[in-house]
Amino acid sequence: MSLRIVVCVKYVPDATGDRKFADDLTVDRDDVDGLLSELDEYAVEQALQIAEEADEAEVTVLTVGPEDAKDALRKALSMGADKAVHVEDDDLHGTDVMGTSLVLAKAIEKVGYDVVIAGMASTDGTMGVLPAILAERLGVPQVTLLSEVKIEGGVVTGRRDGDAASEQLEASLPAVVSVTDQSGEARYPSFKGIMAAKKKPVESLDLSDLDIEAEEVGLEGAWTAVDSAAERPARTAGTIVKDEGEGGKQLAEYLASQKFI
Amino acid sequence: MAEILVYVDHVDGAVRKPTLELLTLARRIGDPVAVALGNGAADTAAVLGEHGAVKVLTADAPEFADYLVVPKVEALQAAYEAVSPAAVLVPSSAEGKEIAARLAVRIGSGIITDAVDLEAGDEGPVATQSAFAASFTTKSRVSRGTPVITVKPNSAPVEAAPAAGAVEALTVSFSEKATGTKVTSRTPRESTGRPELTEAAIVVSGGRGVNGAENFAIIEALADSLGAAVGASRAAVDAGWYPHSNQVGQTGKSVSPQLYIASGISGAIQHRAGMQTSKTIVAINKDAEAPIFDLVDYGVVGDLFDVVPQLTEEVKSRKG
Ligand SMILES: Cc1cc2nc3c(=O)[nH]c(=O)nc-3n(C[C@H](O)[C@H](O)[C@H](O)COP(=O)(O)OP(=O)(O)OC[C@H]3O[C@@H](n4cnc5c(N)ncnc54)[C@H](O)[C@@H]3O)c2cc1C
Ligand SMILES: Cc1cc2nc3c(=O)[nH]c(=O)nc-3n(C[C@H](O)[C@H](O)[C@H](O)COP(=O)(O)OP(=O)(O)OC[C@H]3O[C@@H](n4cnc5c(N)ncnc54)[C@H](O)[C@@H]3O)c2cc1C
Repeated sequence: MSLRIVVCVKYVPDATGDRKFADDLTVDRDDVDGLLSELDEYAVEQALQIAEEADEAEVTVLTVGPEDAKDALRKALSMGADKAVHVEDDDLHGTDVMGTSLVLAKAIEKVGYDVVIAGMASTDGTMGVLPAILAERLGVPQVTLLSEVKIEGGVVTGRRDGDAASEQLEASLPAVVSVTDQSGEARYPSFKGIMAAKKKPVESLDLSDLDIEAEEVGLEGAWTAVDSAAERPARTAGTIVKDEGEGGKQLAEYLASQKFI
Repeated sequence: MAEILVYVDHVDGAVRKPTLELLTLARRIGDPVAVALGNGAADTAAVLGEHGAVKVLTADAPEFADYLVVPKVEALQAAYEAVSPAAVLVPSSAEGKEIAARLAVRIGSGIITDAVDLEAGDEGPVATQSAFAASFTTKSRVSRGTPVITVKPNSAPVEAAPAAGAVEALTVSFSEKATGTKVTSRTPRESTGRPELTEAAIVVSGGRGVNGAENFAIIEALADSLGAAVGASRAAVDAGWYPHSNQVGQTGKSVSPQLYIASGISGAIQHRAGMQTSKTIVAINKDAEAPIFDLVDYGVVGDLFDVVPQLTEEVKSRKG
């Protein structure tokens, strides 16, 4: 039977742009270009490698996001994913992690899956918890933050490099996996891939397709509330000296004046 | 006063510093009740009591080490049900965040991750978060259920606040879900004898400018003269010059020390994401235009191979 892989990808504002918050304290998406979260490219890459190893596999990329999030799906399709699912609904604006995970879990169940692969964290929210929450919601094993991953005979194995130790993990499918940026460079889309992506199917779903009520998501349905967002005051310009042979000593003098020595 | 559940990060009974910082924050909003799990759990009680824990709930079982995350979620959930706390605080390690998030789903609560400060508010605890590589500061709350909040290291001082710290055994029975992901082997990270990167008061980091694994000895020598931890940029890590566990930045560790010294690091946004909240920032870079100089309190434009060894010698002679 074909191995069904669903990859969760997020459309985020470019981190090298001037990111900020909109008036309603959600992410401002108008002034900064969006793109496929760079850390989710690693998830797409591992999905494609697993699919290549399997006898038969199908890779579906899934995103929850606004209209423009299609760009992220296209990028993943051009890397080699087979099809895409886009959950898009005006009522989703301002959804927090609980709402987003609810929508993703329902969409994943609707698509059908043997393994879900996510990135280690998004580059905008950077919570790094969504994969664990998906495992909880789907009721399947969590095999997260892997630097190495393999799927063979219905079993996923991988290496998780933690703070205190490096662990080898093992779980039976179905499961939720997340991979780090140590898992292997993501491929660049080829010209052929970019052309082929244009013909690949992108299915659109809205909340009613997933039997989710508007009240369960969005800014109103969120279980968290942002009361204020303020730009961090620019750091006051520091002292900059040019090393003329005494730079190290001058620096030591500064550190001593600040009581670090 | 309301009780606040505090999840304890410890290694065989030795409590890690971020947990003591959590106790400081917990005391601002209620009475801390600590939850310590796994090998050595009961040994944590004395130090937790000295820092304000009124009670220490402990549990040990092989499941905590043999299976990933979920056994700890189930134990924390058992503590939650036993205590009915006003909030749950968890250290923001990778594992801590996952435990907190799954608990939040189970108890029907919202979650806030990576808080850098916490205070009492009319509508429950108010968390300060840093957003977009620390260029913004937000204040947020959990608006549904019992607030579950994870807090970054170095977010509060460690304060002595003697309390009972009475040990109580926590009864936990594991569900089938707890044993879904087996840990088949574990290789502990070798200790370098230097302070933990995320907990250190001073961090000395090297980047691509260090130009080779062997040259990191220069960075390490400076670190050792200051009693600092060693960090590295991703460029240095990707080149294989220093372990990934020492990477500072968006996909590495996030640090917030009193002093951060960057040598041969340009200051890319993804690196800044992991160090921009440091109190004092110092950089050594031969390019006067490097973006890192926008952040510094003190910068030296020069060759790190000249400046860093001279600095190390000077520090050593001043310390005598
Ligand atoms: C600065 C900032 C701070 C925030 N803080 C909080 C908070 O404290 N609490 C809270 O509840 N919400 C918070 N949010 C909202 C939250 O980021 C979003 O709800 C988001 O969809 C889920 O969190 P994340 O992006 O941090 O996910 P992470 O847990 O970092 O994402 C991990 C992986 O999950 C997958 N994924 C994440 N989002 C999507 C998506 N929309 N579509 C497909 N796959 C996805 C990707 O594979 C990703 O790599 C915050 C948002 C911002 C911008
Ligand atoms: C999704 C994503 C996540 C990322 N996560 C991280 C992360 O967690 N951490 C991270 O650091 N980066 C991260 N990066 C990479 C980041 O964008 C930069 O590429 C990286 O930080 C550059 O490292 P660097 O400053 O050491 O190297 P460079 O940018 O090459 O800078 C080297 C600097 O050294 C100076 N120099 C050279 N020789 C000398 C000398 N002899 N003396 C003094 N100065 C010298 C140069 O002038 C230059 O400024 C990430 C990127 C992406 C896309």
